[in-house]
Amino acid sequence: MIVVNCPHCGPRNSSDLRPCGEVTTRPDPATASLSEWRTYLYLRENPAGWVTETWYCRSGCRRYFTIERNTATNETRSSEAS
Amino acid sequence: MARHGYKYSAGKLIRHGLTRGDWPRMWRRPEARSSYDVVIIGGGLHGLATAYYLAHNHGMTNIAVVDKGYLGGGGSGRNTAIVRSNYLTPEGVAFYDRSLDLYNSMAQDLNLNVMFSRRGHLTLAHTDSALRTMHWRAEVNKLQGIDSSVIDPQEVKKQAPSLDVSADTRYPILGALFHPPGGIVRHDAVVWGYARAADHLGVHMLQETEVLDILCEGGEGPDGKGAGGRVTGVRTSRGDISAPAVVNCTAGWASLISNMAGVPLPITTHPLQAAVTEPCKVFLPTVVVSGSLHVYVSQTDRGELVFGASVDPVGTYRVNGTLEFTEELAGHVLELMPGISKMRLLRQWSGLCDMTPDYSPVMGTTQVDGYFVDVGWGTYGFKAGPVAGETMAETIATGRDADLIAPFTISRFTEGDLVGEKGAAAVGH
Ligand SMILES: Cc1cc2nc3c(=O)[nH]c(=O)nc-3n(C[C@H](O)[C@H](O)[C@H](O)COP(=O)(O)OP(=O)(O)OC[C@H]3O[C@@H](n4cnc5c(N)ncnc54)[C@H](O)[C@@H]3O)c2cc1C
Ligand SMILES: [Zn+2]
Repeated sequence: MIVVNCPHCGPRNSSDLRPCGEVTTRPDPATASLSEWRTYLYLRENPAGWVTETWYCRSGCRRYFTIERNTATNETRSSEAS
Repeated sequence: MARHGYKYSAGKLIRHGLTRGDWPRMWRRPEARSSYDVVIIGGGLHGLATAYYLAHNHGMTNIAVVDKGYLGGGGSGRNTAIVRSNYLTPEGVAFYDRSLDLYNSMAQDLNLNVMFSRRGHLTLAHTDSALRTMHWRAEVNKLQGIDSSVIDPQEVKKQAPSLDVSADTRYPILGALFHPPGGIVRHDAVVWGYARAADHLGVHMLQETEVLDILCEGGEGPDGKGAGGRVTGVRTSRGDISAPAVVNCTAGWASLISNMAGVPLPITTHPLQAAVTEPCKVFLPTVVVSGSLHVYVSQTDRGELVFGASVDPVGTYRVNGTLEFTEELAGHVLELMPGISKMRLLRQWSGLCDMTPDYSPVMGTTQVDGYFVDVGWGTYGFKAGPVAGETMAETIATGRDADLIAPFTISRFTEGDLVGEKGAAAVGH
């Protein structure tokens, strides 16, 4: 079981939430070239280790937040980015 | 034609049985050379098939297949062995159909019984929209000469009598896409067959050798990696190996390897779980897949039921079984086949899958000269192994993306030219 700590609802089984993937920097849609925009859409770091990611608290507070998770061990900790 | 290695026959089986003599090893454990013409990272089906076709079709034999573990220890030894070619896009259909052709003659070509059983493949529809997608697939398939059609619930019952096709279930079966040429193959035998044949042609299998870095020069990124550069070799746990061509066949680990060359991939790694029951009398003649119920099932020649599902929702490199999987699997399977409620699960396991946004692979040349990818195999790469090996070998030998894989190169993600196979590959691997 992967335990995710929602800042509003507390620790929950990950199956109560929806993972939304690693946090990436969104280029300005008004100035980004098509290829910059597609890089943002599709390319991922996908590391085996600590990653900052977004989660959606689907069956709790229904808010989005970020946490850090180690993708090799599934340990989680709160994120600086949130 | 030269046979690949030791010839297996009924006579040999009897003789070894009587004398209890050792069977010869299927491949050697050679010392690594300091340089090769091609280094293939990943000793799964894809890496081994690529090595075999490089040697067999193109006469290139100064090749190493490098694996951090043992041959077939990744997805190639963990999959549920389903093969079919009833995909949704014309590009996908042509590609997977060539693989079925290669599977058809494989036992002969590799001199090893791979137990290909063309038993037929059913994809069930429980909703109008699923049925619509099935009709779409059937029409695309027929246009390309693939045996594929939509059948009604009565016909489904004939193909798989254990299915509950009554109208009063929670998810009634409205019809199915029927694909008679689909079936299952003995996955380990395919790995062993390619490894043995490649070894016989001179390819080195370097097991327990982990690739730690890809050596590059001239690229725009740090250490000469990235676009515009070229590959010079790999750094491994047993030392450096130089090579002008390096191929990434590492499936679930593909991003880690590709980042070493400065080529980020459109991939996230997710575990896929499967389970098998105790054996019982053979009663299920076809492979049965239900997209809406996220489950599929086939029966092995030994009588075990093999189940699979869709990937775990959370991306991770850690493979372990979850209760969610077992619970959902059991519930959904019993929905389809109430008659098996007394059967016991024997084992469950998990493997890593390299998922792409469009459920198609990422193959061929990249922005780094000499660095090739054969990744993004998600939950459907077993059936593709032979054709991926054949086309990757052609691409490496000629330096030009083979026709069949041109739609799958990495540039489709920057050009916005995706090959959407979700409708045919999300659950039915
Ligand atoms: C449970 C399950 C069921 C599946 N069912 C089906 C199915 O029914 N039909 C179908 O078509 N597909 C199926 N698949 C998908 C299929 O198994 C894979 O797509 C396929 O096996 C990929 O083969 P491969 O050779 O590319 O990679 P793998 O067999 O995964 O081999 C990759 C290899 O790379 C090695 N490696 C990784 N990192 C390094 C490193 N740093 N240095 C050296 N070596 C490294 C690993 O040790 C591994 O041996 C299933 C997968 C799973 C997990
Ligand atoms: Zn919450």
